Amino acid sequence: MTEETKPFEPVIIGFTCNWCSYRAADMAGIARMKYAPNVRLIRLMCSGRLDPTFVFKAIAGGADAVLVSGCHPGDCHYSTQNYKAMRRYHLMKRVLTQMGVEPGRLKLLWASAAEGQIFANEINKFVEEVRALGPLNWNQAGAEIPVEGAVEEVKV
Amino acid sequence: MSAQENKPKERVGVYVCHCGTNIAGVVNVGEVSKWASDNMKDEGVVISRDYKFMCSSLGQELIQKDIKEQKLTRVVVGACSPHLHERTFRNACKGAGLNPYLCELVSIREQDSWVHTDKIAATEKAKAIISGGVARVIHHEALEPLHVPIHPATLIVGGGIAGIQAALEIADAGFPVYLVEREPSIGGHMAQFDKTFPTLDCSACILTPKMVDVGNHKNITMLTYSEVQKVDGYVGNFAVTIKKRARYVKTEDCTGCGICWEKCPKKVIDDKFEAGIGYRKAVYTPFPQAVPKYPVIDDINCTYFVKGTCKACEKFCPTNAIDFTQKDEIMTVEVGNIILATGWDLFDARRVPNYGYGRLANVFTNMEFERMSNSAGPTGGNIVLRDGKTPPKSVGIVHCVGSRDKNYNNYCSAICCMQSLKFAHLVHEKTGATVYNFYIDIRTPAKGYDEFYQRIIEEGTLFVRGKVAEVTDAARNPGEEGKLIIQVEDTLVGKQRRIPVDMVILSAGLEPRSDSKALAKTFGISCSADGWFIERHPKLDPVATMTEGVYIAGCVQGPKDIPASVAQGAAAAARILGKIQQKEIALEPVRATIHEEQCSGCRICNTMCPFNAILFHEDKMVSEVNPALCQGCGTCVAACPAGAITGTGFSNEQILSQIDGLLLLTLDKKETVPSGS
Ligand SMILES: Cc1cc2nc3c(=O)[nH]c(=O)nc-3n(C[C@H](O)[C@H](O)[C@H](O)COP(=O)(O)OP(=O)(O)OC[C@H]3O[C@@H](n4cnc5c(N)ncnc54)[C@H](O)[C@@H]3O)c2cc1C
Ligand code: SF4
Ligand code: SF4
Ligand code: FES
Repeated sequence: MTEETKPFEPVIIGFTCNWCSYRAADMAGIARMKYAPNVRLIRLMCSGRLDPTFVFKAIAGGADAVLVSGCHPGDCHYSTQNYKAMRRYHLMKRVLTQMGVEPGRLKLLWASAAEGQIFANEINKFVEEVRALGPLNWNQAGAEIPVEGAVEEVKV
Repeated sequence: MSAQENKPKERVGVYVCHCGTNIAGVVNVGEVSKWASDNMKDEGVVISRDYKFMCSSLGQELIQKDIKEQKLTRVVVGACSPHLHERTFRNACKGAGLNPYLCELVSIREQDSWVHTDKIAATEKAKAIISGGVARVIHHEALEPLHVPIHPATLIVGGGIAGIQAALEIADAGFPVYLVEREPSIGGHMAQFDKTFPTLDCSACILTPKMVDVGNHKNITMLTYSEVQKVDGYVGNFAVTIKKRARYVKTEDCTGCGICWEKCPKKVIDDKFEAGIGYRKAVYTPFPQAVPKYPVIDDINCTYFVKGTCKACEKFCPTNAIDFTQKDEIMTVEVGNIILATGWDLFDARRVPNYGYGRLANVFTNMEFERMSNSAGPTGGNIVLRDGKTPPKSVGIVHCVGSRDKNYNNYCSAICCMQSLKFAHLVHEKTGATVYNFYIDIRTPAKGYDEFYQRIIEEGTLFVRGKVAEVTDAARNPGEEGKLIIQVEDTLVGKQRRIPVDMVILSAGLEPRSDSKALAKTFGISCSADGWFIERHPKLDPVATMTEGVYIAGCVQGPKDIPASVAQGAAAAARILGKIQQKEIALEPVRATIHEEQCSGCRICNTMCPFNAILFHEDKMVSEVNPALCQGCGTCVAACPAGAITGTGFSNEQILSQIDGLLLLTLDKKETVPSGS
């Protein structure tokens, strides 16, 4: 296969909460539902743990898009923390736009532990959407986002 | 970065599992393992292996041997979901002297080999996932689980056979139980039945003694006519708010003599216990053997509550036990564990209009038939048409109503075949009528069930294989006149048939309780798409849920028969007894901590916490997390603008490094750095 004929395969970082969306991914697996292999997941306890820094770090580090997923509104294991995630999501979309990144590179997905099929379908849809956007056009030089842990290095 | 820093500070072992062919069939595990040892030396990987079954004792010993011989300080296992085997591998590490929290299990099965078909892409993804795990594990800290005391009492919601069994097991072991039941009496659906399959023993005869035991048990507090309103706290220490509806009967004075319901002038159609084919009074106990024996006054139908006069019950009660001034009571109980056993609702047969239920008088539901067949029921046990007197000469029993049907419920209700066979026997025995059973498949897999099926065949029941298309009273010939005609494609003969009968019984399926979603939310657990409560693991952990301390038993978990419901009730009780006896429970040490010196006192985090775990010290102007209340969601960690909060187990370093690892950034650096440094 030559490089030219290969379709663009985006790399997507996905955040799930421990209780619903990670279990939706498990459920998709147990039921052997097939979906695109472009998403690599990170488990958080709750979507409320999602620090916007994580998203920017992933984008800066070469991910073409980021998926944020959690329990349905009202079903968060910690009662209402996914509403906070939702607010941050809207904020992050705006910040990405201001940075010149297409807001379509960030997706929010609610999936209950039973919704493996929805999880799989939505990933397929998202991968196609990102494929259509093409590789992230990002100026690597300016991409270093100071984060905790890296802070010390910056100071030295 | 100076050159010395290139020397990794941890010694990491990587273990890639084949899971038989579950992983190895799609992911090239040998390649992944070799890739890890070749490419992640700088991250600290000193050994990488693949093995057929990492979770087997040999697999675990492999890890343990390496921990000792290779002096590993971190372990990454690429295998199944952490929800399945995280504990297994952590314990293996612990057994070899490595702190269990220095082990990371990453899923290359549920998230990779099981969901992808492209072997090359799946293998590359597995490498990325392992790389993410390695990058993350380096930032893990040695942790100790948190220990919290367990309250010895248990809350059981639902007093059907599953809840009753669980209550007795725990109470007999010497621990307190609160049994909350919504109806005026415990007993659940089983109390409504006449005979139970496959043994045909009388349902009341085997259930009533258990109900009485519950009522008399010194360790069981029965809260009937009550519902749970709110649950606070967490495993070991739940605070449960319960609403006890007013009975308008002083239970301390009532003797259960029954004069009140004898004298009550108000008759009400009983659509609960009598399935709509019988009556009760406005003051009533659902059935004679009710536990507790005290009646309730149904204030929606009671003449006094509706019109302001009557009070016949009060006048005639010999012990002055009626009290119209009673109010609903709200109470709070403290418990360490919870069992949900709220059972099932019957599929509403009206939803299948072509079967004519509600329109054609002699179409009955299975619950109507149960009450009709019960000698304590409205017909005294006589099987008769809707006119109340004519016995049927022919009866058609339709299986799978609302079940195994993509228009209604896809699942099999598990009990309808056996229940339909039971009905065939009862109709035969009591009326001598000709009985037809219309089935899609006969499912009789449990002990004694297929033998029961053979017996029913020998009794002369006729079986027609095919899904009934319609039940109608539109006769096409004189032979069909005045009958109900069952239109069906007999798939064994391959032709359409019209079978005239006097009575049709619809074996409506089991559905989740109509309020199951709300109940799941109250207790912080999940429902499947159908609405059944989800167990922790479909095979290995059928009675626990993802929420520590909350268990499920009986039909709440899915359709099942009485023996299986009893087994689950007992299993849930055993699980809880094991926990209570340890007196304390170990919890994941996933908690937030605020670093005082970094906290600016902005108080942004204070309002973030759903558990009010963050308090503000006015004197020092800093916030602090109470670890006993914090549940570790991490929202405050993400919100703190000063970066003053650390989320143990999910720290920024861990997650940011995992991002790097997943994007293989750590490796890129390695490729470019050497020339420059
Ligand atoms: C027609 C028919 C015949 C059957 N015959 C047989 C048979 O012969 N043999 C057999 O093995 N199985 C039979 N079954 C299956 C049997 O009914 C179930 O296995 C059994 O009822 C399951 O018991 P359970 O305790 O899980 O639920 P249930 O019997 O439904 O009990 C649940 C209890 O919880 C209470 N509750 C519900 N919600 C709340 C709430 N929010 N708060 C407090 N309390 C609540 C309910 O009032 C009820 O008392 C039959 C089923 C049908 C439909
Ligand atoms: S958000 Fe951070 S800085 Fe503000 S009070 Fe809380 S811990 Fe302190
Ligand atoms: S981690 Fe969650 S539960 Fe713990 S203090 Fe922070 S917001 Fe509250
Ligand atoms: S736990 Fe799933 S979003 Fe909060």
